[in-house]
Amino acid sequence: MEPFIQITREPLDRNALVAAVTDPGAGGIVVFEGVVRDNARGKQVRYLEYDVYPEMAMQQIREIIAEAEKRWNVDRVAVAHRIGRLEIGEASVIIVVATPHRAEAFEACRYIIDTLKTKVPIWKKEIAMNGEEWVEG
Amino acid sequence: MKIHLRYFASFRDIVGQSEEMLIVDDGASVADVRALLLVRYPRLQPVIERSASAVNHGYVPQDATLHEGDEVVFIPPVGGGTP
Repeated sequence: MEPFIQITREPLDRNALVAAVTDPGAGGIVVFEGVVRDNARGKQVRYLEYDVYPEMAMQQIREIIAEAEKRWNVDRVAVAHRIGRLEIGEASVIIVVATPHRAEAFEACRYIIDTLKTKVPIWKKEIAMNGEEWVEG
Repeated sequence: MKIHLRYFASFRDIVGQSEEMLIVDDGASVADVRALLLVRYPRLQPVIERSASAVNHGYVPQDATLHEGDEVVFIPPVGGGTP
């Protein structure tokens, strides 16, 4: 299938993403969900603001998925990233990979989230009790 | 020639706008644009040193040559979150 890729200001819909990759031939589905934490480096975080360079983010996510498909021969991938203001406990990113057997799904999912974090131009600003800053790396 | 600069995250905060057109010499490189921006916005110094460069939605090296109408974006470190 064509990968399902979404960058949105709306809350992420995990069930819809799982449904997008579900297939009778896929015996394993791995979901990674990144959630906004209430603390970072000793600071009390109030909320996060995500910024994105949309055209390049879509392009980079397409390339990352293509690489995962090549390496692990996976074919059913959904990636969704939320931007804008996110409250504590809300999902910022969800990756879903469905494969015939579980090993490839775990590995491909891990590769996609780790690479996304280093290559895709999406930035987060932490708004804490005592100020705000763009988080680097 | 004209190039199109777009600013995101910390760049937009420092520059105070999200895009602008810049006139540069024909054959200018990404590094030349970097130098021009530092003259115009000295406060970019710390973040621009840690940033990657992108032209037309793909990462490029510093010495990449630019062409009329290119979209140039400096990409401050992305991510966050420990694996």
